[in-house]
Amino acid sequence: MGTFIPNTKEEQLKMLNEIGYKDFDDLFKVIPAEAKVKGELNLPEGKSEIEVDRAIEGLADKNVIFRSIFRGAGAYNHYVPSAVDAIANKEEFLTAYTPYQAEISQGILQSIFEYQTMIAEIMGMDIANASLYDGASAAAEACWMCKDRKHSTIYVSGAIDERILTVINTYSFGRGSKVVVIPAKDGVTDKDALKAALAEDPAAACFLMQYPNFYGIVEDAEELCQITHDAGAKFIMYAHPLSLGVLKNPGEIGADIAVGEGQPLGLGLEFGGPYLGLLATKQENMRQIPGRLIGETVDTRGDRGFVLTIQAREQHIRREKASSNVCSNEAWCALRAGIYLSTIGPKGFEQVATLCSSKAHYMAAELEKIGMKRCFEGEFWNEFTTTCPDADKLLAALEEKGILGGLKVCCGCCDNDCDTDCILWCCTELNTKEDIDEVIAIAKEVF
Amino acid sequence: MKLIFEKSIPGRGQDIFPACDVPVALPAEDKLRKAEVHLPEISENEMGRHYTALAKRAHGVNDGFYPLGSCTMKHNPRINEKMANLPGFAKLHPLQPAHTVEGANALIADLEKMLCEITGMDGVTFQPAAGAHGEFTGLLLIKAYHTDRGDTERSEILVPDAAHGTNPASATMAGYKTVVIKSNENGTVDLDDLKAHLGPKTAGLMLTNPNTVGLFDPNIMEITRLVHEAGGLCYYDGANLNAVIGIVRPADIGFDVIHMNLHKTFSTPHGGGGPGSGPCAYKDFLAPFAPGLVCRDGEYARAEKSIGNMTGFYGNFLVMVKAYAYLLTIGKDVHTIAENAVLNANYMQEKLKDLYPIAFDTTCMHEFVIGLDPIYRKTHVSALDVAKALLDYGIHPPTIYFPLIVHEALMIEPTETETKETLDEAIEAFREIYDRIFNAPESVQMAPQTTPVLRLDDTKAAREPHLRYEF
Amino acid sequence: MIDPKELKYSRDDEWLRYDGDDAYVGITDYAQSELGDLVFVNLPEVGDEVVAGEPFGDVESVKAVADVYSPISGEVLEVNEDILDDASLINSDPYGAWFIKVGNISDTVELISADEYDEYRG
Repeated sequence: MGTFIPNTKEEQLKMLNEIGYKDFDDLFKVIPAEAKVKGELNLPEGKSEIEVDRAIEGLADKNVIFRSIFRGAGAYNHYVPSAVDAIANKEEFLTAYTPYQAEISQGILQSIFEYQTMIAEIMGMDIANASLYDGASAAAEACWMCKDRKHSTIYVSGAIDERILTVINTYSFGRGSKVVVIPAKDGVTDKDALKAALAEDPAAACFLMQYPNFYGIVEDAEELCQITHDAGAKFIMYAHPLSLGVLKNPGEIGADIAVGEGQPLGLGLEFGGPYLGLLATKQENMRQIPGRLIGETVDTRGDRGFVLTIQAREQHIRREKASSNVCSNEAWCALRAGIYLSTIGPKGFEQVATLCSSKAHYMAAELEKIGMKRCFEGEFWNEFTTTCPDADKLLAALEEKGILGGLKVCCGCCDNDCDTDCILWCCTELNTKEDIDEVIAIAKEVF
Repeated sequence: MKLIFEKSIPGRGQDIFPACDVPVALPAEDKLRKAEVHLPEISENEMGRHYTALAKRAHGVNDGFYPLGSCTMKHNPRINEKMANLPGFAKLHPLQPAHTVEGANALIADLEKMLCEITGMDGVTFQPAAGAHGEFTGLLLIKAYHTDRGDTERSEILVPDAAHGTNPASATMAGYKTVVIKSNENGTVDLDDLKAHLGPKTAGLMLTNPNTVGLFDPNIMEITRLVHEAGGLCYYDGANLNAVIGIVRPADIGFDVIHMNLHKTFSTPHGGGGPGSGPCAYKDFLAPFAPGLVCRDGEYARAEKSIGNMTGFYGNFLVMVKAYAYLLTIGKDVHTIAENAVLNANYMQEKLKDLYPIAFDTTCMHEFVIGLDPIYRKTHVSALDVAKALLDYGIHPPTIYFPLIVHEALMIEPTETETKETLDEAIEAFREIYDRIFNAPESVQMAPQTTPVLRLDDTKAAREPHLRYEF
Repeated sequence: MIDPKELKYSRDDEWLRYDGDDAYVGITDYAQSELGDLVFVNLPEVGDEVVAGEPFGDVESVKAVADVYSPISGEVLEVNEDILDDASLINSDPYGAWFIKVGNISDTVELISADEYDEYRG
């Protein structure tokens, strides 16, 4: 019953007649009869807005919203400042297409240019693109950027999120490239294994690490970078963007490409999407960048303006020779990230990263006091793994109190010969001391 | 207009974060950043004005007619947004236990069921984040299918010359060689050329139907039959699904796998270039290869021979919520979408064809293509000039210079959500521009004149790339 | 612009300037004017083989990309770094802005004289 078609049935018929058609059947006679649907589709009756609202709210109500979240593992519960929603929901931003027509799209183009600058800044790199689908697909695209005729093998740390690895593998199945996983040892990339593997492979294209890694550890990125560069391969860092408020950024470390999941920058948890793929690199890799790039130029009056640029890299011009088929970026998510970073500024950027780190360290210390020791020793920022006598039991007890506990993982800390469970915990600026103490109290009750 | 960095004053800013209620603790000193990071330092008021000024320099569907061919810029219903913003969806962690996200998974399952009914397919994966991503996914399913059968000689994907640029690019990403099939004089697939290129190397055919000149291929059943006979699979590029939704089901006309653009056919907003959602629907025999974890009966599981994952979690979930709200609203009347999309396109075509050369002058589907070449040769007024002239009428220009088989192409897709009055006004604008092409061509070549900036120097942008602000 | 008489031309709009046993390859004035303002070129690497009649690189304008075909088979001895840095040289001086220098020449496509080329593209 609902419709968004404005013309009435009478008007439709009149228009049909005016251009020489009896009715819709007449209009659609160009389609062979055998190709057409016979009868009606098995779909429900349409609904009024109130009915739609009611039906979908009913579904939303069936989901559990946790009041306190200690789970990360790729999706992070950070605060979204009020300005982000208020500004991003302006219809001009929400309902516009890709800014092909620069003269009437300066708002979108400038916002992305500003986003590109901010992402390049936080990553410490020269340039960034207009964004990609999400962190994992950005990682897969970054690996491909490093391939040339002589370098084709993709090396990946075993201490990265398995979801990222899966996407890299899936892309590589298409492109026919070899992916080698360097095993993790004590929760970090096994440097000796990396060195040995790269030494034997003159075709090594790149090595990708996560920073902090999946287990939360801030690995010795500089040394991994050195090993990779010594072997003539490119070094890719998959970085948590907010960690760079306090941690050395990929530029300082010497990375060739920095990618990451932009969701913490003003996007909600959203059951996994839409998220935001960050990609930044050095100037020299500009032409290998996949996706949209916005550049500055002038108009016929000499006034500054912005356009989509270096488009001959892209699919709509290069077709089968394009290195990527990406055409949409996640412009609206990038807009949110730009508003977010403008809101928090350089001071807030450091502040939020400090809060995450401090809370995580406090929680780790408190958990240790009740016997849930950290699985690995290395430095960490917002996430860490601990042992747990019975993860399912603890997580269920937390859930009962409206708390989403950490993620049960197998981090390999006991060489896969587990006599205990392990949990990957995550703290953000939204976890108060009281929230953390509550988790500890519940854990004490359980065990 | 100033960049936000040029409005930044050191020491200004906004107070978002509270004081730390636990002892401050950071990783070891040698892990910490020394480099300075430049981000704007700006008050909320100044920032709000900055973005409001940017919004005024953008053009959304609500700013005016948006007949951008191949992009289906239809109205984005507000109820969709309201539903996607419900905390019961927006605040869900993707790794919550399955029993705490039953509503979300029920929505996904129901949306899958409806999209299966609309396409005639048996399953849908929501992993792809956009249309091109859906193409890549579909081709990987085809590749996995052939590989699984041990049929490794199939290395070619056939793509018509009128296809979207994403088709050949996706084929390359999937490791296939693109073989281009010619269009015939009617703008549809040349059957002889198709037959000449089919063979034991054919992995599949990618086809947009109606095609990019807005024509429904009358030989469609024959085409898919021939591809199947050669052992290939048929991929349906769903970019133009709006033309036939509820009237033709891709599976019924011989396609095995299809992507849809939820941000085109199913009314979710484009966001200035994303996020979209490009779910891929497939027939049963491709189900074992589907990507991603799917929740069935309260348990997450992966298909047995899954190609893996296209995105980190379950695809662009909130976009799916919006499309679901749209489909609940329209229900079984989805055919009215196609009917009115096609009517509006034909109405405009009919009212313009006495002046503008129509590339293929026949009943079109949801879009039609003007080939301005004869006029350009006479007047040196190009498709680009006409597009720019439309800006001064408050109309977003059509897609230009595509498809490649039509010279000086203007591809017009009005969509079903426009009124007759809007179409009439646009027709009037086109007719007035036609008059100016012959009587005052320089006024068209100098357009636009009323926009925030005039024509921009693309060559300078590409030759001297400035991709960021320098501090 | 007048197409220099001392050069040889291909019907794919490339020119060839012999230098002893080696030869320089570029694109003609007609080709650059058809392509418009060029913004970038992709060239092979020194040591690569090029094959007569096959593409060896491409040129990009703002909104198009076109293959550049080799009129000869042989080995790339040098590439012109100047046009990699500034593709506009191809527009401003098409017969000075060579793309590659080729040695060990084994084969050529059908080559025509400046007069024949002028007539072909006239």
